[in-house]
Amino acid sequence: MTRVNNFSIEVATVNGSGSQTANNVLMRAIFQMGVPVSGKNFFPSNISGMPTWFQIRLSHRGYAARKPETDLMVCMNPESAAEDIARLPPGALCIYDESLKLGNCRQDITAFGVPFQELATACCPEMKFQRLVKNMVYVGVLVRLLGIEMSEATLALARLLKGKAEALNHAAMDAGYQWALANLPDQEELRVQREPRSGARLLIDGNTACALGALFAGVTVVGWYPITPSTGLIEGLAEYAASHRLDPETAGPTVAILQMEDELASAGMVVGAGWAGARSMTATSGPGLSLMTEFIGLAYYAEVPGVFVDVQRVGPSTGLPTRSSQSDIKLCAKAGHGDTLHINLYPATMEECFRFTYDAFDLAERFQTPVFLVSDLDLAMQSWITNPFEYPEGNLDRGKVLDEEALKKIQAWGRYRDVDGDGIPYRTLPGTPGGKGAYLTRGSGHNAQAVYTENPAEYTEVLLRIQRKILSAASVLPQPIHLECGGKRGVLAYGSSDPAVMEALDILREHHGTRLDYLRVRALPFSETIGGFLRSMEVVYVVEQNRDGQMAALLKEFFPKEAPRLRSVLHFDSTPITAQTIVDQILSQEM
Amino acid sequence: MSTSPTTNKLGLSLQDYTGGKSTLCVGCGHEGITLQIIHAAFELGLEPHQVAKLSGIGCSSKTPAYFLRSAWGFNSIHGRAAAVCTGVALANRSMKNLLVSGDGDSMSIGLNHFTHLIRRNVPVVYIIEDNGVYALTKGQFSATADQGSALRWGQVNELPPVDPCTLAMELGCGFVARSFSGNPKQLKTLIKAAFAHPGTAVLDVISPCVTWNNHETSTRSYQSAKQREIPLQELGFIPPFHTEPVEIPAGESREVTFPDGSRITFRTLHEDYDPSNRIEAWRIVHESREKGELLTGLLYCHPDKPTLHDFVKTTQTPLTALPQSTLKPGPEVLLRIMEELA
Repeated sequence: MTRVNNFSIEVATVNGSGSQTANNVLMRAIFQMGVPVSGKNFFPSNISGMPTWFQIRLSHRGYAARKPETDLMVCMNPESAAEDIARLPPGALCIYDESLKLGNCRQDITAFGVPFQELATACCPEMKFQRLVKNMVYVGVLVRLLGIEMSEATLALARLLKGKAEALNHAAMDAGYQWALANLPDQEELRVQREPRSGARLLIDGNTACALGALFAGVTVVGWYPITPSTGLIEGLAEYAASHRLDPETAGPTVAILQMEDELASAGMVVGAGWAGARSMTATSGPGLSLMTEFIGLAYYAEVPGVFVDVQRVGPSTGLPTRSSQSDIKLCAKAGHGDTLHINLYPATMEECFRFTYDAFDLAERFQTPVFLVSDLDLAMQSWITNPFEYPEGNLDRGKVLDEEALKKIQAWGRYRDVDGDGIPYRTLPGTPGGKGAYLTRGSGHNAQAVYTENPAEYTEVLLRIQRKILSAASVLPQPIHLECGGKRGVLAYGSSDPAVMEALDILREHHGTRLDYLRVRALPFSETIGGFLRSMEVVYVVEQNRDGQMAALLKEFFPKEAPRLRSVLHFDSTPITAQTIVDQILSQEM
Repeated sequence: MSTSPTTNKLGLSLQDYTGGKSTLCVGCGHEGITLQIIHAAFELGLEPHQVAKLSGIGCSSKTPAYFLRSAWGFNSIHGRAAAVCTGVALANRSMKNLLVSGDGDSMSIGLNHFTHLIRRNVPVVYIIEDNGVYALTKGQFSATADQGSALRWGQVNELPPVDPCTLAMELGCGFVARSFSGNPKQLKTLIKAAFAHPGTAVLDVISPCVTWNNHETSTRSYQSAKQREIPLQELGFIPPFHTEPVEIPAGESREVTFPDGSRITFRTLHEDYDPSNRIEAWRIVHESREKGELLTGLLYCHPDKPTLHDFVKTTQTPLTALPQSTLKPGPEVLLRIMEELA
């Protein structure tokens, strides 16, 4: 039976061999034919020489979660080839580097040997480039084998490379195509066919989407320290800022981006800049966030705005730095010693990565507190199809800041006085003229006037007001999204688990007759809608990609009466969660 | 010699530069430094609201509460005021940053940040109130404690010290000075000059801890510092706005001019000491220290170096003053970016 636009391709290569361009051309060519695709790069924490896999999933239904089975394998890596072939399902297709001599290793798959080296040598006389263009040969072979339109592949290549590199790679792609035309039999198992597109679509990764959110939010100060998988966010921001955030006077960017000596300093810089009135941010991952924790606690208690993007990877400790997880949920919620609770945003789509990062700056200044954008490697570094982002209309919300004029009209001002009864005090910025509004910010005990105190009542007053302030944010944060089917059993998830959940719900309904509600949580502190959802259900499966059920623990803390209804669906083997994992775990608990 | 005026060029009195009531021990060296900060800021005519007072944690880091009450201050976390300062400097480049730290704060827990602040030449007057001990935790040795110095109860420091000044010189800091809280005239002049320096100005001020480190067997006591102090120069400072004749030390005098037009003048008391020769100056400070001497004065000065703002290309208008129209690109920009990604 022919499978059209509904299968997965996997390319097994050695990292550092330049396969990234080839894989992107392949994926883009399919994307340009209107076929929903998602790409996942499984790369090692290494510069070159270790195995790496790139998986492209075509799904006419738009499923973007990881698909565990590979239907077409491209074996380029001698180290991993035996295992790569062994895990193919019966009936799979495989093309492999002829020199690997894998032709007879499995009788239940169709395998074709391709003389990659020979083809690369023929089209590229310069030896130093042969290793790189070899990858483009497999693109050509697949273009022919799967019925991908060569014109789209050519277009995709032209977007990524220019000049001589483009010419060389195009020749290699063509060589692969011609070889396949002459040597491979037609196959009807797996086909790519053009699909009519509804509306504009684009391919982007979450780091870039977050960078754009910050760009449009008017970020002015960025302190950072390189760490996978967050590095691309800051580098992307710097690149966009160089063309789209230029000062008309000096032609320099209107955002100061500084690579600091470590994450402690990055956080310190964010806090210092936020205190001084900048829109400041950093991006990091688990180990960096651990180091930032003391400053985050200070910012919480001293009420200083700042945006912290945590692109989660696999911990604990160094863990698996190039793999994805959702295991910083508790850390982001409570970073800091003493009693803390932070505003967290959990994007699940590219549009949310963009919009939530944009919103994070408004929220940080409005609530005068650190705000966390909780991303992960899967969102941040993989390619996703998305609708174009909507322009965030309206003014930047700079929060309650008193300038010279406002200060003149006020008799008595106190930095931490709850004048409006909403828990949010008024702040002033260093450098405000007029002789009023100066104060000393401190992480030590302070009263409503920002004066040092060890008085129990004064200390408690401030701490409770901050709690009230943060909890009040729940009503303005992104509300959960509820997909209803009217039953008494539901799924609750967040972030990058969403695509797998959506697919799992379809499988459960179509193949098992099980209909479940779905609530996707998008922010902390939790809104009352979440409590209502939990109360309305008999059983709620909380899907998350960590060992300890961190989100479930937070839900139990907020809604202790609902705790018995919660059942965890957990995935933490360092690969992105699949729909089948969710289906299996739910079905086993439904018994 | 003219008498000191009671108001400065802004019409502010000395009282306007004071702060809250100190909670430090009576006789603490830090009080002398606080007093000279007040005098220097008054005499320079600094706009208090344009000064950002930054500190970490420790006795020294409490002092920003005791001066310039009309300036904003940030008493942050242990060792990391340098990072906070870097953020403030980038956010609002019009601020004059004054960072007060201690030897534990800057030379142990914050040493990393101290070095990188200097590398980036962040505009700041960085004062280390150096008493050789952790006083708030009751008198443990700090990293600047001299080898052989003893605690009150007899424990002797066997580890070699970190010298903030030679370290700063090694790192290329453009203004390095050492003073003593018991030498108010020199200290005040150095603070004033430090404010004229466009980049990082490091002042290591020996500041005895009367409670934990002022006994006979300590090398950081008032008595020891007084005995060992060798001032390198007689210093004078001429602010840019000064039109009247000023007091310049008699004898052969040299001067360094800062970019804002102010000048520090000095008559060398130590033969061959040239504060513009980094390597020689470093050698003399180092060797003198080995001999147990305490050289004070302007150790090294080279004001014309690129600062943080040159490296980052910070906009001339403070980033905090940029309007939304500059900060938030329009819908057409997003549209273009989206098209590029399609």
